Amino acid sequence: MSSPGLQGGRPAKVLVTKIGFDGHDRGSRIVAAFLRDAGMEVVYTGPWQTVENVVNLALQEDVDVIGISSLATDHLIVPKLMEALKTAGLGHIAVVVGGIVPDSEVGLLTDAGVAYVFHPGASRDQIVNTISGLAANARASA
Amino acid sequence: MTRIDPGSAEAVAVLVSRLLSGETRALAKAITKVECGEAGAAALLAAIQPHLGHATVLGITGPPGVGKSTLIDALIAELRCRGKRVGVLAVDPSSPVSGGAILGDRVRMARHTGDAGVFVRSLASRGHLGGLFRTAWGVIQVMDAAGPDYILLETVGTGQSEVEICDYAHANLVLCAPGLGDDIQAIKSGILEIADILVVNKADQPNAATTVSQLQGMLGLRSAAASGVSVVTTTASTGEGLPALADLIEAIARDRTTPAGRRRGSRGARRALANAAGDRVRERALQAEDSSPIDALCERFARGEIALDAAAAELVRLVADGEDGGE
Repeated sequence: MSSPGLQGGRPAKVLVTKIGFDGHDRGSRIVAAFLRDAGMEVVYTGPWQTVENVVNLALQEDVDVIGISSLATDHLIVPKLMEALKTAGLGHIAVVVGGIVPDSEVGLLTDAGVAYVFHPGASRDQIVNTISGLAANARASA
Repeated sequence: MTRIDPGSAEAVAVLVSRLLSGETRALAKAITKVECGEAGAAALLAAIQPHLGHATVLGITGPPGVGKSTLIDALIAELRCRGKRVGVLAVDPSSPVSGGAILGDRVRMARHTGDAGVFVRSLASRGHLGGLFRTAWGVIQVMDAAGPDYILLETVGTGQSEVEICDYAHANLVLCAPGLGDDIQAIKSGILEIADILVVNKADQPNAATTVSQLQGMLGLRSAAASGVSVVTTTASTGEGLPALADLIEAIARDRTTPAGRRRGSRGARRALANAAGDRVRERALQAEDSSPIDALCERFARGEIALDAAAAELVRLVADGEDGGE
């Protein structure tokens, strides 16, 4: 079976989560379902995670991509996450952010190493194809 | 930058020594290697074999929504209070259509994420026939090598391959919830037989006592083998009943050194060996070269010149001869 989720021996493995105090997780659930339906394995945690938690989750689950949903400025914590991932030896993991990110703050994230920022209106195909490609690269450099 | 081939013997040796020294990243990577059947997976499993056997493996199974993940969360908390290190392997089903999966068991175990004495890994059941047992078996061995006292194996407990997985556990907890008559009907037919401990979870709900007596009644109708089965009640969300459950579990861990415990512990090994041997025979039959003895046997069977039973016996003999024949 050929599926955008398949990366070598296992499907792409993606951690979908939210950092910070905002609990609006409808968007992250929808994205998680998109990725599953594209054949990926999605570790879903629900909201209110800390940076340390996300690092530990990514470490134990050996994921290829981390998707952070942010609707209420939580994305501003993501540079700290990028730093913590590098410190933990997980610099190969691709991090994407989706939700409400003002154009003026996209640079802040990409400068910190975020691979992609999805804005409102991002299509299912765009999300699936981008994450699938990032997962393949991350696996190759793990 | 030159990269060492991660499947090479030296890379595997490095990974194994990091794994045995308790490095979390090495454990996660080693699990991935075994889970995906990556190059070096067999060598890794062989290298850790002398270091296995410390962990007591507990299967935790029951119908969806009965509280398996929540019970595991509470059980982790109780075992950690007792100074035990815990590994969890949480199996969630893969979609038969897309092959994808949502691995959501960790949602209920979030409070242990930062605890260095707890390692949780999610595993999608994937599609391949019988493959789940092989994968889970390998993953549990890798976890065992990292030295936890307990490994909790969470499965939905439906389907043959998941019942097979229970063979690998030193003991199996089967969960049921009160007030669901159908629930008992469901566990009665299949997974009740594998239970060493029957856990009536959500014991704060009405009818918990009824459910307990129904289960005890059912056990009373069964053979002497069922007489050792305990029925306990828990309310995992509050931790009620967890100390008693943990006492039972610690007793099982102690009993592993008795003859009965050892016999029980070897069941999983027996099944793993049978599976691996079966794979070998299957592979040889399906990939036999034209006009080899195995190919000739297949042709005779296809023409109806030999019965299935006799042909199968002959195939096993031919494969065994081939193994002797200088390979």
